[in-house]
Amino acid sequence: MSCHETQDLIHGYLDGELDLVRNLAIEQHLQSCQACAQAYRNQQALRSAIRTGSLYFKAPANLQKRVRSATRKASKAETRPQVWSWRWLSVGTSLAVLAIITWSLVPFLTGPSADDRLAQEVISAHVRSLMVNHLVDVSSSDQHTVKPWFNGKLDFSPPVKDLTDYGFPLVGGRLDYLNNRPVAALVYRRQQHFINLFIQPSSQGSEVDQKTVARQGYHLFHWTKAGMIYWVVSDLNESELQQFAKLVQNQASPATAR
Amino acid sequence: MLEPNQLARFEQTVLPHLDAAYNLARWLTRNDQDAQDVVQEAYLRALKFFGGFHGGESRAWLLTIVRNTCFTWLRRNRGHELTIDLEEEIQSLESPAPNPETVLLQSADEQRLKQALEELSAEFREVVILRELEGLSYKEIAEIAGVPIGTVMSRLARARKRLQQSLTAPLHQEVDLELS
Repeated sequence: MSCHETQDLIHGYLDGELDLVRNLAIEQHLQSCQACAQAYRNQQALRSAIRTGSLYFKAPANLQKRVRSATRKASKAETRPQVWSWRWLSVGTSLAVLAIITWSLVPFLTGPSADDRLAQEVISAHVRSLMVNHLVDVSSSDQHTVKPWFNGKLDFSPPVKDLTDYGFPLVGGRLDYLNNRPVAALVYRRQQHFINLFIQPSSQGSEVDQKTVARQGYHLFHWTKAGMIYWVVSDLNESELQQFAKLVQNQASPATAR
Repeated sequence: MLEPNQLARFEQTVLPHLDAAYNLARWLTRNDQDAQDVVQEAYLRALKFFGGFHGGESRAWLLTIVRNTCFTWLRRNRGHELTIDLEEEIQSLESPAPNPETVLLQSADEQRLKQALEELSAEFREVVILRELEGLSYKEIAEIAGVPIGTVMSRLARARKRLQQSLTAPLHQEVDLELS
């Protein structure tokens, strides 16, 4: 093995990542070549300096508590619908009421439907966006700043419209995940309430009219139009959020797939 | 959707790797407070994706998420630092004649080593941290950083060369001063 080859492979040798044959070849070369042997000793010295130094940052004492409480809080937000259902159950007095509630529990007992799961995901994404100081990746009320920001990050171009004139100023955009797919998240504001608008290409071609879901104090609207699924979620009251959804439906020019 | 026993399982498998998560975040952000924020966000993401984790190396799994959260954070807050030299990346390891000089690491105190590490670009720094401080294999590092194994090796080689250079450079300067 030549010096050149040895220099190429010396790191793999140092890290124990070479196969047996090349390992032996390097060992032989190091025995016969002083210069390469010295270079190898340098690498060993560097490694032991990095490893023996106190360069490892241990987590500060309070971080574990902080992470634990944040994750517990987040998981509570995700499980709450089940808790609610059982609370309702204890309230039930008449058989009829009980029967209806039992029937309403069936989806939870048999596992949530795809739509339910997605609705839950949308709420979780909304809650998370407000909780971890990660509301927007690109902060701008200018649609011509927000829309191009998604270029290269998504394989579709979401329609972005500033709705300040209608009392819903655009706050910015963010990349998120829904349904195991990247999704464009646009953030709007109504007074102190934030609205997340998620846009994602639809796998089905058909258009779906608006559906409404209310859960955990949040309102959701979703619809499919021109090959795109739209989700609107906020803690804003239903009628104002409805107004926002209508604005999006009327304003938005069709999204274009790339 | 997360069930209570799943949260318990999450805390059992993922929470013990808090030091590894913080160490990586701390080296990549180079700041305690930012590292703590990034770690918290990474854990929330990990919780979200935990349903898709079917056993295996939970530390590497978590570090992948921490790493990605860090780079998202870096792109947003310190975009200028993520300018890895393309030439650097594709250049083969030249220097056919090995450098015979001794590193003299005995004299290189920890502070200097730390500084030299911080001066590396984030892509180089992460492979050194994962390899030397976490003891991960090339394959694991490749999966975490989302690059081929060959790139891990060449980045490590480059990073180590840079470290040696910056640890020996001041000595050269001293020599130059004496000569002038």
